[in-house]
Amino acid sequence: MMRAHKLLLAIAGLMLSGSAVAAGHPLPYEYRADTSNLASMQRGARDFMAYCSGCHSMKYLRYNRIGADLQIPEDLLKSNLMFTSAKVGDQIHSAMPADASKAWFGQTPPDLTLETRARGQSWVYSYLRTFYVDGTRPMGVNNLVLPGASMPHVLWELQGWQVKEEAPEGAAEHEGEHHGVPLKLVQPGSLSPDEYEKFVGDIVNFMSYAAEPGKSVRMGVGPKAMVYLLLLLVLCYLLKKEFWRDIKH
Amino acid sequence: MAIVPNPYKTTGFLGWIDDRFPLTKLYRDHLSEYYAPKNFNFWYYFGSLALLVLVNQLISGIILAMHYKPSSAEAFGSVEYIMRDVPWGNVIRYMHSTGASAFFIVVYLHMYRGLIYGSYKKPRELIWVFGCLIFLVLMAEGFCGYVLPWGQMSYWGAQVIISLFGTIPFIGPDIVVWVQGDYIPSDATLNRLFSLHIVALPFVLVGLVVAHLIALHEVGSNNPDGVEIKKHKDPVTHIPLDGIGFHPYYTVKDLVGVAVFLIIFVGVICFAPDGGGYLLEKPNFQEANPMVTPEHITPAWYFGSFYAMLRATPSMFASALPGVIVMFGAVLILFLLPWLDRNPVKSIRYKGNLTKLLTLIFAIDFVMLNYLGMQPTSPTYTLMSRIGTVYYFGFFFSLLFIHNFETSKPVPERVTG
Amino acid sequence: MGPEGVSPGTEVDKGRRRFLTLATTGVGAVGAGFVVWPFLASMKPSERAKALGAPVKADIAGVEDGQMLTLAWRGKPVWILKRTPEMIASLDKVKKDLADPDSTVDQQPKYAQNATRSVKPGIMVLVGSCTHLGCSPTFRPDHPAPEILPDWQGGYYCPCHGSKFDLAGRVYKGVPAPINLKVPPYRFDGETTLVIGEDQAAA
Repeated sequence: MMRAHKLLLAIAGLMLSGSAVAAGHPLPYEYRADTSNLASMQRGARDFMAYCSGCHSMKYLRYNRIGADLQIPEDLLKSNLMFTSAKVGDQIHSAMPADASKAWFGQTPPDLTLETRARGQSWVYSYLRTFYVDGTRPMGVNNLVLPGASMPHVLWELQGWQVKEEAPEGAAEHEGEHHGVPLKLVQPGSLSPDEYEKFVGDIVNFMSYAAEPGKSVRMGVGPKAMVYLLLLLVLCYLLKKEFWRDIKH
Repeated sequence: MAIVPNPYKTTGFLGWIDDRFPLTKLYRDHLSEYYAPKNFNFWYYFGSLALLVLVNQLISGIILAMHYKPSSAEAFGSVEYIMRDVPWGNVIRYMHSTGASAFFIVVYLHMYRGLIYGSYKKPRELIWVFGCLIFLVLMAEGFCGYVLPWGQMSYWGAQVIISLFGTIPFIGPDIVVWVQGDYIPSDATLNRLFSLHIVALPFVLVGLVVAHLIALHEVGSNNPDGVEIKKHKDPVTHIPLDGIGFHPYYTVKDLVGVAVFLIIFVGVICFAPDGGGYLLEKPNFQEANPMVTPEHITPAWYFGSFYAMLRATPSMFASALPGVIVMFGAVLILFLLPWLDRNPVKSIRYKGNLTKLLTLIFAIDFVMLNYLGMQPTSPTYTLMSRIGTVYYFGFFFSLLFIHNFETSKPVPERVTG
Repeated sequence: MGPEGVSPGTEVDKGRRRFLTLATTGVGAVGAGFVVWPFLASMKPSERAKALGAPVKADIAGVEDGQMLTLAWRGKPVWILKRTPEMIASLDKVKKDLADPDSTVDQQPKYAQNATRSVKPGIMVLVGSCTHLGCSPTFRPDHPAPEILPDWQGGYYCPCHGSKFDLAGRVYKGVPAPINLKVPPYRFDGETTLVIGEDQAAA
């Protein structure tokens, strides 16, 4: 029976470790944000504020928190990241009035503070890389991971324009097999594809930081707590053994 | 000086208290002279761990309630406020969210222990019934708490669960509106779930835990051999021969369990508080939006089995009521276990092979149902869920007679090992 | 103890047992301390409270002589009073009735510890919160006002418990409030703009 119980626990463990929740459409690109790369996150913050924050807010993140966490001094923070009349302790609100943006894009651009946690880092990364020309859309572009996206390709000057290549018959439906992303660059932008990839990586790194600025706190506490708890475990085990010498079996 | 000196002959400050309040008596009755069988094994750690998690939830919950705003306009933002602006707020929030899942893991294992060693059998029926009530309240707590962050999963989870009341014939729709206090889950709904979550249900929960322990200490603990240690007492001291004082022997033993548990618990809090999307679901990082349902909505993982049974039951007579009855029945049948199990043998160690096999399959079945409850539906999964549901109920009814078809092993007089 | 289950025999090493008990208790207590700290720390002012407590700018160009401007800093009223020469003169007249006329108690920044309790004699900045129990005193520049004091020269009167302060926020003798009103840190940003909550650069 004991063996059976261990089997049972193993099954439960396997089940929990599976990534069943992630099931869904496979994404064109996989990306794991590196929130320890300070320089990348600083570039990402600058680029986010320059290209995204005109329309998108990050209403749960404060400027001075970015400054403190990403080690950006206040004067640089003010000159490079703050384009509105906000104070350093303020949260990042977009300069665009919500009703105006709704009229332009058909919907208010969503707040992006938690985007990487809500959609996933790979999703945001893929989204920013897979805009393609589509004359049927109001903005003239469509997106592979968010078909029918109402956002224009804000980064086209950097990436250039891509078009979608029609996949051979039947192959497109074959889920899970992505031998390549069916997009072709037809007009290069000011960045090379490699540079653009890195650029998007910087932004996703920054956005992943922004989604959970407290991550470094818990990651920092973790190892210390583990060392402490192991010490406690050893002591408790010795204490238990000492007392249980009284018990005859 | 009390009129009659206390029987413990304590003096000084302790004596002064003992003359007025049974402090020494409580200590002896429930700790130093509460004699527990000496053969507790791995499965007996989960009771004290459940208590530990309860304390964790109470303390972290009190702090969270200091910062949380129970209004549909502010709730989501206030959770992010806790995660960002409150010093240590993210750690405290993760303690509470991880604690909720830990509570269910620990309680499920605790209940399974009761199942395999027959801890619900005479004279422990009430301990089991109180335990089932605790589980029921815990599910209500889990549900209410899940709604509070007011993300997409919170909102649509509330929508689905409250809609279950709508299946009640005739008055269902009115009940749904009454429960919500509105025509959709809204500010009023959130506010009342908050009240239940932080006042009413914890109050009941703590009361039931006390009742659970009082009942336990009245009749004494069961053990893996399923024999009564009170049958063999020392003729002079009247202490069970196989009993040892809970304190210090089981307090120090439980401390080892606590340390191991904390390593896992703190590990999850620090390194994987999302639990791969199981402990904190991705869509719940989007604020509730009554206009858009997330693509794939799942219940909190700890409701998986019950949700699978709900989905597996087909509608009948143009009503979803049968599914709801099956789901609640799956919880309510637990209450009947002491009277369903007619096997004279308590512990699985001495039950026949057939019961052993069926019990093992039951555990696998429950885990399978839990898994299925979190998956999108498919014909295969629905079929598996149906088989699983039938087995779940069939297992309980099989306990009425299954022992007639197997041979039990002889139960020892005294505990072994 | 059960004679069979438990037999604390001669082999029990009491020293080892006591040591392990103490060591586990000690290490456990340290851990408990580390757990308690986040809970206590979580009750400190949050980043939001700090952001709301950020320095406040005040434009005093439109304030007439003898008038007072009230604004909020860290949720408390802050008064900016433009004192007339007559008001400044009154500060000397009431000196004998005051508890701490020379501002010895640390209720003002160093740069405001002078006869007028201000950077510029004509501009008085005070936190409008009574040092007794925190009510906000009423501005009473009018005088004579025998219902307050026979020799009232203008000042602040607390409606809660009757504490009286002069036009520099100095407390009168014999009233419930023990010390002078607080002067917040402030600095001039140009001629007519004040920044409340920021110290002025050392002159």
